[in-house]
Amino acid sequence: MLLTCLAITALVAIRRNDLFAVVMLFGIYSFLTAVLFMNLHAVDVAFTEAAVGAGISTVLMLSTLRLTKRYEAARRRNPILPLLVVGVTGAALVYGMLDAPRFGDPMAPVHQHMAPRFVQESPTEVGVPNMVTSVLASYRGYDTLGEVMVIFTAGLAVLLLLGIREGQNHRLGRLAIGDTLVLRVVVKVLIAFIMLYALYVQFHGDFGAGGGFQAGVIFATAFVIYDLIFGEADARRVMPTHWLGRLAAMGIFLYAGTGVASMFLGHAFLDYSALGHDPVHGQHLGILLIELGVGITVFAVILTIFHAFSGMRRPDQVS
Amino acid sequence: MYNYWLAVFLMMAGFYVVIAQGNLVKKIIGLGMFQTSVFILYVSMGKVEGGSAPIVTEGVEVYSNPVPHVLMLTAIVVGVATTAVGLSLAVRINEAYGSVEEDDIQELDDELDKIQESGL
Repeated sequence: MLLTCLAITALVAIRRNDLFAVVMLFGIYSFLTAVLFMNLHAVDVAFTEAAVGAGISTVLMLSTLRLTKRYEAARRRNPILPLLVVGVTGAALVYGMLDAPRFGDPMAPVHQHMAPRFVQESPTEVGVPNMVTSVLASYRGYDTLGEVMVIFTAGLAVLLLLGIREGQNHRLGRLAIGDTLVLRVVVKVLIAFIMLYALYVQFHGDFGAGGGFQAGVIFATAFVIYDLIFGEADARRVMPTHWLGRLAAMGIFLYAGTGVASMFLGHAFLDYSALGHDPVHGQHLGILLIELGVGITVFAVILTIFHAFSGMRRPDQVS
Repeated sequence: MYNYWLAVFLMMAGFYVVIAQGNLVKKIIGLGMFQTSVFILYVSMGKVEGGSAPIVTEGVEVYSNPVPHVLMLTAIVVGVATTAVGLSLAVRINEAYGSVEEDDIQELDDELDKIQESGL
């Protein structure tokens, strides 16, 4: 049922040439994917997809539509050749998948190599109930550091391409979507809860679903909403844009610094066992610190990207 | 097993948008679909029959495989960051050419080439 819904949403999104509708459909598509991940017991992934795919992506794509055009030009090309290519590739993939292990098979090769160790040892070795967190932050700490750097670099690339300018709402008190009393009151109350929830996700990620990636995105959402309801200038007074770059760098510094600190204490880079009086305690401290670093960087980069897009003027408005 | 077929279907849907349609913003959305299909494939592979979410709970013996979850979690966040780079490229192209349609951009480039050639 869910799978059919996903397929239909994708097909409709392809056929529409009103890009606003396509972006909205893509939001629904992301949300359905999140539900699917939840069904597959991938709680952390579902959480991230809901916050990132259905939330931030949609906002960024809508900002892009504001800066470009809403309607796609009529198609002038013949769709037969692309369809043929897609058909052949799809058939090849299906053929390759025919001898894949049965869905959910506990004896599949994926579950044989590293997974048993992570599932059985991580609760005692790392001492964190959420296995996803212990793999992400401890066993796979190097890769996660790399991913955070990719995010940082992507933020830099957006800054180089667009820069942070002052948009049409740069005067204090000028709002993006008009002065609506109900929205102002509701959002003012809501923001406190969003931030509180982000902090909960950040620091409770060791025990339940969540962690730095999700928390950073949710924290950034609070500022995005503030920007939309109370105006760009007010939002930038709360969180000045030149701070965001420093924050993004600081997050990576905190992450890598934790690794260097464990090197100075005589262990390998990012081996947090060195940080506490016993290894498990050290792991706890290390994971807390690097998740905080991840959260800060993700927050700063997402908000920077949002400011870069919201600060652009439409080409026809440039005088 | 349907999850695998769905992943292939969505991947091909995204692929079709990328190669057959001319609008750059729509191409980026197609890439997003392509990307999500990979997430679905990985997470489906991590599923274990009768397994629970990989968070230690009392009384639960079988857990899903946490490794694909970790890979896809970070991939989603990296994905949105790279999508943002793609979208900002589209915005810059729109500033320079006044269009995000591939055909218009190609035409403008061709005209520019002709002008340059005749100038030489």
